[in-house]
Amino acid sequence: MLEIKNLHASVEDKEILKGIDLKVNAGEVHAIMGPNGSGKSTLAEVIAGQEEFEVGEGNILLEGEDLEDLSPEERAHKGVFLSFQYPVEIPGVSVTNFMKTAINESRKAQGLEDMPANEMLKKIREKSEMLEIDRKFLSRSLNEGFSGGEKKRNEIFQMAMLEPKLAILDETDSGLDIDALRIVANGVNKLRSKDNAIIVITHYQRLLEYIVPDFVHVLYNGKIVKSGTKELALELEEKGYDWLKEEAAV
Amino acid sequence: MAYTEEELKKELETKEYEYGFYTDIESDTLPKGLNEDIVIAISKKKEEPDWMTEWRLEAFRAWKEMEEPEWANVTYNKPDFQDISYYSAPNKKPKYNSLDEVDPELLETFKKLGISVDEQKKLAGVAVDIVMDSVSVATTFKKTLAEKGIIFCSISEAIQEHPELVKKYLGTVVPQKDNFYAALNSAVFSDGSFCYIPKGVRCPMELSTYFRINQAGTGQFERTLVVADEGSYVSYLEGCTAPSRDENQLHAAVVELIALDDAEIKYSTVQNWYPGNDEGKGGVFNFVTKRGLCEKNAKISWTQVETGSAVTWKYPSCILKGDHSIGEFYSIAVTNNFQQADTGTKMIHLGKNTKSTIISKGISAGQSQNSYRGLVQVNSRAENARNFSQCDSLLMGNRCGAHTFPYIEVKNKTAQIEHEATTSKIGEDQIFYCNQRGIDTEKAIALIVNGFSKEVLNKLPMEFAVEAQKLLEISLEGSVG
Repeated sequence: MLEIKNLHASVEDKEILKGIDLKVNAGEVHAIMGPNGSGKSTLAEVIAGQEEFEVGEGNILLEGEDLEDLSPEERAHKGVFLSFQYPVEIPGVSVTNFMKTAINESRKAQGLEDMPANEMLKKIREKSEMLEIDRKFLSRSLNEGFSGGEKKRNEIFQMAMLEPKLAILDETDSGLDIDALRIVANGVNKLRSKDNAIIVITHYQRLLEYIVPDFVHVLYNGKIVKSGTKELALELEEKGYDWLKEEAAV
Repeated sequence: MAYTEEELKKELETKEYEYGFYTDIESDTLPKGLNEDIVIAISKKKEEPDWMTEWRLEAFRAWKEMEEPEWANVTYNKPDFQDISYYSAPNKKPKYNSLDEVDPELLETFKKLGISVDEQKKLAGVAVDIVMDSVSVATTFKKTLAEKGIIFCSISEAIQEHPELVKKYLGTVVPQKDNFYAALNSAVFSDGSFCYIPKGVRCPMELSTYFRINQAGTGQFERTLVVADEGSYVSYLEGCTAPSRDENQLHAAVVELIALDDAEIKYSTVQNWYPGNDEGKGGVFNFVTKRGLCEKNAKISWTQVETGSAVTWKYPSCILKGDHSIGEFYSIAVTNNFQQADTGTKMIHLGKNTKSTIISKGISAGQSQNSYRGLVQVNSRAENARNFSQCDSLLMGNRCGAHTFPYIEVKNKTAQIEHEATTSKIGEDQIFYCNQRGIDTEKAIALIVNGFSKEVLNKLPMEFAVEAQKLLEISLEGSVG
């Protein structure tokens, strides 16, 4: 599904990603952990095509296709989805209207007609029920006045609507209380399939109790310094990151 | 393709004026310059009665003594009022009995604008009185309206056919000497629309007029007078587009609304005069006086979408004379490149329990300057007057400006006045967020701008709202969405 080879990225001449290699197959869930400032969010945004970052060496391949020359929206049309750590507000644009626009833009890119209204409505009903979202919520302006938990739930709702091949969840657990975390995690689990892949970025192992990863990677100082299975997350929870930093320094 | 704000701005600036074309039609034009003889000549050409000629001359004499106002937050080269021709009429007079007789080139122009009269005729519920340069050339649906006793015609025709009404109301809300441009308009107005809704009649369709400037060096001075008699209702639409031109064109219209007891007038405008090119050359100067008078229990709503003109000076206002009367002002003003807009409203509370609402949305891009200027005045006898004002500005890029000049004068302790103002910027993070969801930058801007303007767009009649939304997109983007 996703293959990242020796990826380097920098912002204003400051190198943040210093050679990342990562392979994610369809049907897998990978967790990326690491201390603050290690480059986790940068990696997520670079995959999504944020042009603030200068990609130096390396490649990102999605189903074998190099994403380098594709704009963020083209990547989205190919099935890349990023659940933002800090979702932005768009006043006056309802969640429903935003989703309708997003879905139809992707369909347009694939040469399809707009989704018929009844189909759209059905989908909205289905997905909002799955995530236990009150439908009144969908007529509110996108993220405006949403609580932290509502914002994150709304991100996962969008993921459910857009049905991406590769979803990257950037600290989706931050700002969620335990009930909201469970709902969001259940939603993500329902969206897991053998045809898509999910990358979960998180500080804490807590989320991984609900969304159980196949692999865990530790990102430190722009590099993946350790990879393992879900047991690695537990080890990190217990020992912190310092031992890895020392290991990496050697 | 990159999506930095820099590139975005560049894209915005390269946008060409969508309706920039010019129709070559023979015109019957008076020599340039302005003096009493010209004023008399205009009146004669229009075969007006003596009282009208005298009314124009009074205005002209007042205008001669007045000075062009300079208080607005705009800078421009003042027009040379002696270098303008004050009358121009499409040549093939007299008036046409049917569309077949209309100059085909003129019809072609309408088609380019997407408002072909043929089409308009079929559009149920919309009567169109089109002002091409100065003479009305097509009026439709007149008969349906006549059955209800509604008069909807050109102001010239009204002067001939309904002198008692014109004489009674013309200049009662905007006096000849009101201001420099209103005085000029009163002296030389060539045409415009007149509308009268009889007592208790609810006008069954949206009345609409399209204006268009089309003669090089000819100022356009429309005069609109709408009278809603007791207990009546009318919704009036005014939309403008103008062809591309190098020299500045002057536009100084006057609109007077009179809502008698229990009457309601909804006046909606979409304004898209040529804004000048991306270097700030050319473009229309739009100096408009719009004002409405509300008697007891009456209501006037002004809704405007302003996207065009190089310089805009415009303050649709309400005089809330009658007790319990209501004034509303909903505005979206978009400026791009070197456009300058100084627009807003005046709400004058004279009667008891009068209420006014002001919602203003300013969108600035390029190197434009966008100012809201508003006055809320509560007279000493206006017990329990209430006003709510909200002024929001949206900025795109770092070279444009948004300004707010709210004036509040309250002479009665029972008044309640609220004012809210916000300024925001379209953020790169908002654009990226939309991009990530598969929405390209152009569409993203349209979405954000429409969201920002929603409260005002919702106030427009349905078919007009669609057009207005389109205009916003044209004004701010490389192509139509």
